[in-house]
Amino acid sequence: MGFFNKIAEGLKKTREKFFGNIKTLFSGRILDEDVLEELEEIMILSDVGVESTKDILEKLKERYKKEKSEDPLLLLRDIMVEHLDNKPLNLNPDKKPFVILVVGVNGTGKTTTIAKLGKLYKEKGKDVVFAAGDTFRAAAIEQLKEWGKRLNINVIAHSHGSDAAAVAYDALNHAISKNKDVVIIDTAGRLHTKSNLMEELKKIKRVIQKVIPDAPHEILLVLDGTTGQNGIIQAKVFKEAIDLSGIAITKLDGTAKGGIAFAINQELKIPIKLIGVGEKAEDLQIFDPEMYCNALLGIEE
Amino acid sequence: MFDSIQKKLSKAFKSLKGQGKLSEKNIKDAVKTVKMSLLEADVNYKVVKEFVEKVKEKALGKEVLESLTPDQEFIRIVRDELIELMGGNEKPKLNISRRPAYIMLVGLQGSGKTTHAAKLAKYFKKQGKAPLLVAADTYRPAAIDQLVQLGKQIEVPVFTGDRKNAINIVKEAMDHAEKLVHDIVILDTAGRLHIDENMMQELEEIKKITQPDEILMVVDAMIGQDAVNSAKEFNNRLELDGFIISKLDGDARGGVIISIRQVTQKPIKFVGVGEKVDDLELFYPERYASRILGMGDVLSLIEKV
Ligand SMILES: Nc1nc2c(ncn2[C@@H]2O[C@H](COP(=O)(O)OP(=O)(O)OP(=O)(O)O)[C@@H](O)[C@H]2O)c(=O)[nH]1
Ligand SMILES: Nc1nc2c(ncn2[C@@H]2O[C@H](COP(=O)(O)OP(=O)(O)OP(=O)(O)O)[C@@H](O)[C@H]2O)c(=O)[nH]1
Ligand SMILES: [Mg+2]
Ligand SMILES: [Mg+2]
Repeated sequence: MGFFNKIAEGLKKTREKFFGNIKTLFSGRILDEDVLEELEEIMILSDVGVESTKDILEKLKERYKKEKSEDPLLLLRDIMVEHLDNKPLNLNPDKKPFVILVVGVNGTGKTTTIAKLGKLYKEKGKDVVFAAGDTFRAAAIEQLKEWGKRLNINVIAHSHGSDAAAVAYDALNHAISKNKDVVIIDTAGRLHTKSNLMEELKKIKRVIQKVIPDAPHEILLVLDGTTGQNGIIQAKVFKEAIDLSGIAITKLDGTAKGGIAFAINQELKIPIKLIGVGEKAEDLQIFDPEMYCNALLGIEE
Repeated sequence: MFDSIQKKLSKAFKSLKGQGKLSEKNIKDAVKTVKMSLLEADVNYKVVKEFVEKVKEKALGKEVLESLTPDQEFIRIVRDELIELMGGNEKPKLNISRRPAYIMLVGLQGSGKTTHAAKLAKYFKKQGKAPLLVAADTYRPAAIDQLVQLGKQIEVPVFTGDRKNAINIVKEAMDHAEKLVHDIVILDTAGRLHIDENMMQELEEIKKITQPDEILMVVDAMIGQDAVNSAKEFNNRLELDGFIISKLDGDARGGVIISIRQVTQKPIKFVGVGEKVDDLELFYPERYASRILGMGDVLSLIEKV
């Protein structure tokens, strides 16, 4: 089942329960104050945030007059799509090994997304290795090892409580010596407010660059799709600390819309690259701006 | 990004100097400021709408006390209303009279259930009780290992049973608890979406078997607008006894506290303030009113008045 279908299915259940059908609600209506307020409500309820919503609705008003659009909702969708960077994840990188560092606050879905990415690259014929860089949380290493076993992917791990940077270091050297294509490094969940833990991330990055100067080639922030406005601060602080090349939004198989990722893309220019739609290894989709905006606004294709 | 609400409010009230009463017209900007602030704190859109109506009602016609400026008077009304919404002066309390008593933790994926199962076990152990942890998450890779390791850390036994079927594990754990005279049994369950019918039925089944004294939903403090949907659904299915808000050690404003309390009318009982097993606190509403509004000092100022 594709991303949109799966989300649409989830949304349909929600919509029946909470909203009613949005598509038919808007077509043929003119963009008056009532409609604007309804659109504002949809966007804020999707976690797009007050500021971004205001900006986008301003643009909508402007364009609606100029373009004499039939359906304010569809025009809104188009405007939102235009505001999203579209820089897909590189599935056939020339760098070898291609190094992906995965970061984020606690419990967002980092380890699971790594498993999903491992499967994705493996299916492209790449030889993948995981680095168990979460040496802090109870059984985080065992969790990644279990995924490694299921996917038949090698996991480089040290013991609980050891230095995360050293794990990354070993994994890179292992990948170089064994001619691996992709290294994906897990890290412990950390709140962006804990400066010592953010320092630890910088150290991991420095150590990676000691082995491979232009790595990591991707630094992905994994963002829980249910996250509210705090997501912007998270992204900002992680970006300042280690720079970010993209976002993976998880848990979009639920009823949350992940609108905060939109606001982050708009404000911080960090592109959304991946969408998590379930707990299984195959529940990962390459980000598609139009599908995402449709799902966010509850538009059926 | 979040300008201090104080600054915004005093701007909104600048024109009010010297006027004695709060009126529809002179509080318009202030109401808008509060509305924005609550939305930025992730309080649910619909809840915010109701809330500002109520605040407006309370504020209109109010005489501004001699010692307070109008913005302080207004914010006092807002603050009091927020605290009321969060449960007022009610003391956080668990109803655990049976022996053994059962506490069941439920919630969305990654919210902090397993960590809080361990935190609660430690909390009871410190009170001289003999808790038993039950690992009923048979889905997430290494979920059982996680609880086992946490149990070892706090020296509380963890029942893992066949590690395959949550219902069986729970049934066996009940026998086990009776035999070994544990007084509190804490059930960790797998994270699940509220729209996952099979998984929600599993929880209903566990509830039926154990008749828990407390069913607590663990909710991530960083959650946004959708919090009301999941909380409502978990509450509809399970009749929750309350909530634990996790990850409040960050800088999330925690508007979810207002949202879920408002839509379920169930109390927040604990808050999680860190990853370690001791990072658990009882919930006291007054502490969170200013946080949700994104303001610090104004409240202590009012307190002194
Ligand atoms: N429904 C759903 N659940 C997900 C998704 N991605 C991850 N999860 C679940 O979310 C929970 C947390 O996932 P993890 O991968 O352990 O998260 P993490 O960020 O590594 O967590 P920490 O390492 O503790 O910070 C698990 O129960 C996962 O099965 C998703 O896309 N959809
Ligand atoms: N900073 C902080 N982290 C927390 C808190 N509570 C839990 N965590 C972290 O959040 C992540 C998820 O916690 P878990 O206890 O595994 O969550 P869960 O609900 O059991 O997850 P699933 O079983 O996958 O659904 C872990 O990294 C925990 O260390 C808290 O109060 N503060
Ligand atoms: Mg992890
Ligand atoms: Mg768990």
